[in-house]
Amino acid sequence: MRRNTNARINAGSMADIAFLMLIFFIISTTLDTDQGLLRKLPPDAEAEPTNSKKRNTLLVLINSNNELFIGDKKSDISQLRQAAKIFIENPHNLPDLPEKEFRDVPMFGQACLTPYHVISLQNDCGTKYAAYVAVQNELTAAYNELREKASLKYFNLHYESLDEEKKSAINTIFPLRISEANPVEIAIK
Amino acid sequence: MAKFRKKGKGALPAVSTASLPDIVFLLLIFFIVSSTMRETDLKVRYQTPFGTEIKKLEKKSLVSYIHIGRPADQKLGTAPRIQLNDAFATPDKIREFIASERQNMSEADRNKMSVSLKADGEIDMGIITDVKQELRKASALKVNYSTRKGTQKLIFENLR
Repeated sequence: MRRNTNARINAGSMADIAFLMLIFFIISTTLDTDQGLLRKLPPDAEAEPTNSKKRNTLLVLINSNNELFIGDKKSDISQLRQAAKIFIENPHNLPDLPEKEFRDVPMFGQACLTPYHVISLQNDCGTKYAAYVAVQNELTAAYNELREKASLKYFNLHYESLDEEKKSAINTIFPLRISEANPVEIAIK
Repeated sequence: MAKFRKKGKGALPAVSTASLPDIVFLLLIFFIVSSTMRETDLKVRYQTPFGTEIKKLEKKSLVSYIHIGRPADQKLGTAPRIQLNDAFATPDKIREFIASERQNMSEADRNKMSVSLKADGEIDMGIITDVKQELRKASALKVNYSTRKGTQKLIFENLR
């Protein structure tokens, strides 16, 4: 054995070791972060909301030919966002759009909302998944635009830059109410 | 490697590689931080549909994945299949899968669990609704429809 007080570890192979580790990490990991549309499914025991009045429900249906029907009328997907926005907000308090009611909202006090509205999204077993996601995306966009508008109006800030408290206040005004119906019922229809 | 240590007779001194380990370690650290472990071998092929209103999933440890798509192995046909962990599965296996995923989480995180559906855009909704019904039965209600960022034109084309 060598006894050398000035012995140094040879750092030349350090690069090789590091390269090996690097290659291991490149192979065994993925870079993609998952992103998508977040939804909350209704609990199993809960029946579909059938108690709500007709004016409170907007039926959005995609059939097996990937054709879109908004409230029984065949429409183009480009109209969906606008139709959903008008339905959710009911800006002129029309009798055939959702009921409006005064509710206590944190940070706003009394506000006139449409707390009972439901967008009922129905699809066929043969509907293409991409079409379904496209419709979900448009509905989300409708909610996001309404929330953004309210946020600019009341806080003069973009919705994304609000803190959690303000965000939840805005969410109380425009709650995401999309019902994803049971497939069995559709199959019978 | 150790050549540079010797006093060479050549006119040009060798380029010092002493900082090479540092550079590689930097790269290594970058990869460790910015990537996540590949947990499963994909047995299905899928291309998630396009979306514009997408949000990033926050905590990877709270997300379980369900892959739905056509089998990567051509011999298995083209019928869409569900993949849980490393194997093909039928929808009735989902409850078991969710239960075991819950077991692996800490008690406090269990109710924050969400499920990401990584499904091919071209498949039919039938299999997706089956999965959704099973998730409801397993009371895993937070669902993420995994999407790619796309333009409005690409999204609208699916309905025409």
